[in-house]
Amino acid sequence: MGDLGAGLGLKAEHYDEALRCRSDGLWFEVHAENYMVAGGPRRAWLRAVRRAHPLSLHGVSLSLAGAEPVDAAALAALAALVREVEPSLVSEHLAWSRFAGAYLPDLLPFPRTAEALQRICDNVARVQDAIGRTIAIENPSHYLALDGHEFDEIDFLSTLARRTGCSLLLDLNNVHVSTVNVGGSAERYVDAFPAALVSELHLAGHRPDAVHGERLLIDSHDAPVAPAVWALFDRFVARAGPRPTLIERDADVPAFAVLMAERDEAQARIREAVSLAAA
Amino acid sequence: MTDLAAFQAAFVGDLLRRPQEQPTSVRAGQPGFAVYRNTVMRACIDALAANYPTVQELLGDECFRDLARDFVHHAPPGDGVLARYGEGFASFIERTAASDLAYLAEVAELDRCWTEAHLAADDPVVSPAAIAGLAAADAGRWRLVLHPAARWRAFESRPAFTIWRRHRERLAIGDELDWKGESALLVRPGSVVSWCEIDAASVAFLAACDAERTLVEALEIATLAGDESASWLPGLLHAGAFTRLAAVGE
Repeated sequence: MGDLGAGLGLKAEHYDEALRCRSDGLWFEVHAENYMVAGGPRRAWLRAVRRAHPLSLHGVSLSLAGAEPVDAAALAALAALVREVEPSLVSEHLAWSRFAGAYLPDLLPFPRTAEALQRICDNVARVQDAIGRTIAIENPSHYLALDGHEFDEIDFLSTLARRTGCSLLLDLNNVHVSTVNVGGSAERYVDAFPAALVSELHLAGHRPDAVHGERLLIDSHDAPVAPAVWALFDRFVARAGPRPTLIERDADVPAFAVLMAERDEAQARIREAVSLAAA
Repeated sequence: MTDLAAFQAAFVGDLLRRPQEQPTSVRAGQPGFAVYRNTVMRACIDALAANYPTVQELLGDECFRDLARDFVHHAPPGDGVLARYGEGFASFIERTAASDLAYLAEVAELDRCWTEAHLAADDPVVSPAAIAGLAAADAGRWRLVLHPAARWRAFESRPAFTIWRRHRERLAIGDELDWKGESALLVRPGSVVSWCEIDAASVAFLAACDAERTLVEALEIATLAGDESASWLPGLLHAGAFTRLAAVGE
């Protein structure tokens, strides 16, 4: 993890440029599910990128907070992918997405109860046993005020990390979006987040809901990182020092150079934090 | 059922609820619940559009999305690999689409073949020389194993392959069609999926190989299907339809 600076979410349309690109601290993150296939050009592209750059596998469908154990076939496919590309980072979400044989492609919320904590601890342990390494768990975006929480999110994540040995992925855009949508202070959340457990940061763009406007923000990953989210990044890094940091863009994807400029901004802020710490 | 499972069962019910059905929980009335509903449905429909591009072109985007939405209610994804979502879309179309679009289900089958070929394992292709080197006396003890990416379809009465390839190859869509049956083979011996029309003997031969018949038996079956010369066999071999020779019983 020592050499990872600011990375970029890798989109299929940018493969060739990503392969050729060289920049201090650069790494790429992909959604693991896009490559959990038997063979073909997708896997070949990923192997080629891995030969040129450090790689992070970011899972979106393991449904760790599901009421059921992690799907064995999905786990085997992820383990095979991990063996093949030897990623620098592996991560998933504090969310569920499978129920009774169906996969619902989103990161769904749940009441943070003792029962849910036990389920997700069991599932994280299953994943870590299967791939032979620890993973990082990401705080999701919230859109609903749910009844029945027994833990706040930071307590829940900290306990999960203590029990399973997993690390945490702090998504600062999700913090901003969630506090706007369901209340709370983003600054207090970032200040209280257990920095020693954080192995990766995520930065992304969001947009206001088409109907409800600025009161309901969508974690859309279709825009540049917002100033408020950069401010949360600076706030965390000033307190805790830099971490491998990802710029995510999954829709309305601009030219590679435009994304790299945003990535370079994150890299510059990381460098500044490192030199301040050394001074 | 545990509390978590009960919560998730109710949540899924509200997520996949059709617009005319009443939500079962108060939370489903919160503005934020629509974010989950929209995200889930859009991701599923976008995946179907990516995996069935020819069907989408033929139907137009609006009509395709209506059909895809019905399919999502009928068969949501079974796992997180959306690149292979949509198995069964062709038979769903066959059951539900208007009868004047009967070729649409066959075009959907070819889109599915392309996806399966694209994602299949990267096995080697058997060398034609290996077949040529096989003594005639040995042909009864060996069989040809299909390449994992090889897919074929035989359409009895409609030129579905010509319709499909005109879209895939960006050929003139409007040229007149010879309204008869045709058969197609899709392969991916390397990194690129390719396709060609094949005859009835080839279809019979591929099916016999798939059923693990010996080379002798497969050639006899192909001959019965209408071609004694086996002139089509080099074409199948060069296309990359087979990965290796296997001893019978292996």
